[in-house]
Amino acid sequence: MTVDWAHFTPVSAFAGGLIIGLAAAWLILADGRVLGASGVLGGLVPPREGDWGWRVALLAGLVAAPLIGARLLHAPAPAIEANAAVLVAGGLLVGFGTRLGAGCTSGHGVCGLARLSPRSLAATLAFMASGFLTVFVVRHVFG
Amino acid sequence: MKRLSPFLAGLLFGTGLLLSGMTNPPKILAFLDLAGAWDPSLAFVMGGALLVAFAGFRLAAGRRTSLSGEPFRLPRASAIDARLILGSLIFGAGWGLVGLCPGPAIADLGFLDARAALFVVAMIAGMALCRGLASLPAPAPLAEASLDG
Repeated sequence: MTVDWAHFTPVSAFAGGLIIGLAAAWLILADGRVLGASGVLGGLVPPREGDWGWRVALLAGLVAAPLIGARLLHAPAPAIEANAAVLVAGGLLVGFGTRLGAGCTSGHGVCGLARLSPRSLAATLAFMASGFLTVFVVRHVFG
Repeated sequence: MKRLSPFLAGLLFGTGLLLSGMTNPPKILAFLDLAGAWDPSLAFVMGGALLVAFAGFRLAAGRRTSLSGEPFRLPRASAIDARLILGSLIFGAGWGLVGLCPGPAIADLGFLDARAALFVVAMIAGMALCRGLASLPAPAPLAEASLDG
């Protein structure tokens, strides 16, 4: 294993992580909700009476962050390299998988682990392993 | 006011993703590429997030309701079953293909990025597909819809 020291950003990564944790702490303490991106969005597919307002508000805040803060935080525009077919396949897998597995990086990986949930630990280990394996196959077997 | 608080939570979430570099897929893929030039940054993001979220959930555990008066809605499921593992494996495959998970994908819409938009549309279709399968009658390992997060 070779660490890419030139691109490794431990300070901004940790600081950003603290803010993500703060968002999760805020949402549970203020509104009693778990901050899981796939759960918040998935609850709108389809929307349910009396349950959609907070979801739309949260997603609007998430989309507003780069509109307001990208320049301020010197965040680069995303460099998405996948072509349209891979984007569609990847999006379908992520959408289907996060609903079947009831959570994603934020719901299981942050909130679930913070709640010391064995179920979320199992989910996190599974999607991490699958992510590692997929990148290995794409880059080093077929790449 | 009921919607201001979740809006601010989303704004904070997005700000953390931006600051940590997690809105940029090459940075995610560099973490997932153990056999290449490895960028461990994502592990530091998780560490920081866990630290504060852990404190938040501990504080919540000592309260009867949230500050808004709404009850705490925590996941009730605890089973480690095929559905959980299969779903997570499928999610990980899509994550590794593109370098986007749901939070960063949605945040990237704020960059007015057409590729992110295509990914999010496909993601919503995948969610609807799962929902559709779950509502089919038997043989249903998918029958019980749960919403952890």
